[in-house]
Amino acid sequence: MKKALKIPLIREGTVIDHITAGQAINVLRILGIPEATSSVVSVAINVKSRIGKKDIVKIENRELDPREVNKIALIAPKATINIIRNYKVVKKHQVHIPDEIFGIVKCPNPTCISNSEREPIESRFVVISKDPIRIKCYYCEREPDNIADNII
Amino acid sequence: MSLKGRDIVSIRELSKKEILEILRYASKMMPFAKGEGYSDVLKGKILATLFFEPSTRTKLSFETAMKRLGGNVIGFSDPMATSLKKGESIADTIRMTDSYSDIIVIRHSQEGTARLAAEFAESPIINAGDGAGRHPTQCLLDLFTILTEKGKIEGNKVVLLGDLRYGRTVHSLAYALALFGADLIFVSPETLRMPREVIQDCTDLGIEPKSMTNLERAVKDADVIYVTRIQKERFPDPAEYNRVVGSYRVDLDLLRHAKEDLIVMHPLPRIYEISPEVDRTRHAVYFRQAFNGVPVRMALLSLVLGRMIK
Repeated sequence: MKKALKIPLIREGTVIDHITAGQAINVLRILGIPEATSSVVSVAINVKSRIGKKDIVKIENRELDPREVNKIALIAPKATINIIRNYKVVKKHQVHIPDEIFGIVKCPNPTCISNSEREPIESRFVVISKDPIRIKCYYCEREPDNIADNII
Repeated sequence: MSLKGRDIVSIRELSKKEILEILRYASKMMPFAKGEGYSDVLKGKILATLFFEPSTRTKLSFETAMKRLGGNVIGFSDPMATSLKKGESIADTIRMTDSYSDIIVIRHSQEGTARLAAEFAESPIINAGDGAGRHPTQCLLDLFTILTEKGKIEGNKVVLLGDLRYGRTVHSLAYALALFGADLIFVSPETLRMPREVIQDCTDLGIEPKSMTNLERAVKDADVIYVTRIQKERFPDPAEYNRVVGSYRVDLDLLRHAKEDLIVMHPLPRIYEISPEVDRTRHAVYFRQAFNGVPVRMALLSLVLGRMIK
């Protein structure tokens, strides 16, 4: 018997698969959903898979840009991005954690110079470990306890 | 890698070999620092000292170091008398100062300021303290003091006592001591414990620091006790400061439990945490430690500017 899909196929848009279980809500927050879209967004949390539980997000009529993908990599480093056109996957890639992150995460240290609005710089973090993910502020060397809470 | 032209923002950017090179050269600077010899090896060079935060020892010892080697000094210690009061960014202040000088020393209350300065300046930047973050030249003079007083750094049992959360000197020092293979014992009030990143750094270097609350027991077989002040200016909440101030003190009673050759260090200023009666004991090295800032900073200025005494 063919298994029923928990969430429906989409015609155009993006499917973010293999999101770390429990992080789907943070992925939506990073993408500014629901404010940033009027299209249908489907979310599945704690879906069983071969590698354990995972979350899935499907966004209709929207293709993610690289900056958004980089943000997702920080909280769901094993996520895959599938671009869907006419019900078919036309592009599929795994998110990639860069060695340095610019302007995506805010330093949690309120007295870090990178939080000063007067200075002509953007936030900058150095990735010190990719699995598990650990990042360190380039300026003050502080590590955020929770990256998702500090994404700009 | 040569130290010439390098920014000195964090002790973590210096290898053990480079640190030893600075300490060895600092020993050579000793007679010049005491005024027993004179050199004009830095003649024609200008050091800019930008102190956005108060300083006595660091600023004066940098100025002394530069002048003992024949160099000149410009700078300020009251940012309210500069264009910063008009709203100028630190980045612009640095760009301007960079064009007036050959090397810049900066202290600021916000962590990461020296790193920002290094991005905007072509001349080398030396971090003289950024908020509760880093203070690499203090760290170098602390290592120099341990080396000259104890003959070695590795293998010493070092107690770091006091405000380990906000005290920038102990963050740099814990890392550097671990790099050299010293044993570390952290003693602090509960709310002022060493940040986990610093503990992680030590562990990564193969040293497992011990945390203790009983100072008497910690001091018993220690070779070095490094005392820090509880810094009122770093506390966001004055009530929190009032709860911990005066919670520890090094006095003659405590030192009765110590080894004969224990040395007591302090980056100064001290307020209450070391009783003045300790000054007269053989344990007290903190005034010699403060003096060591001069030869160490002479060595650093020379090495970074690439002008050495033959």
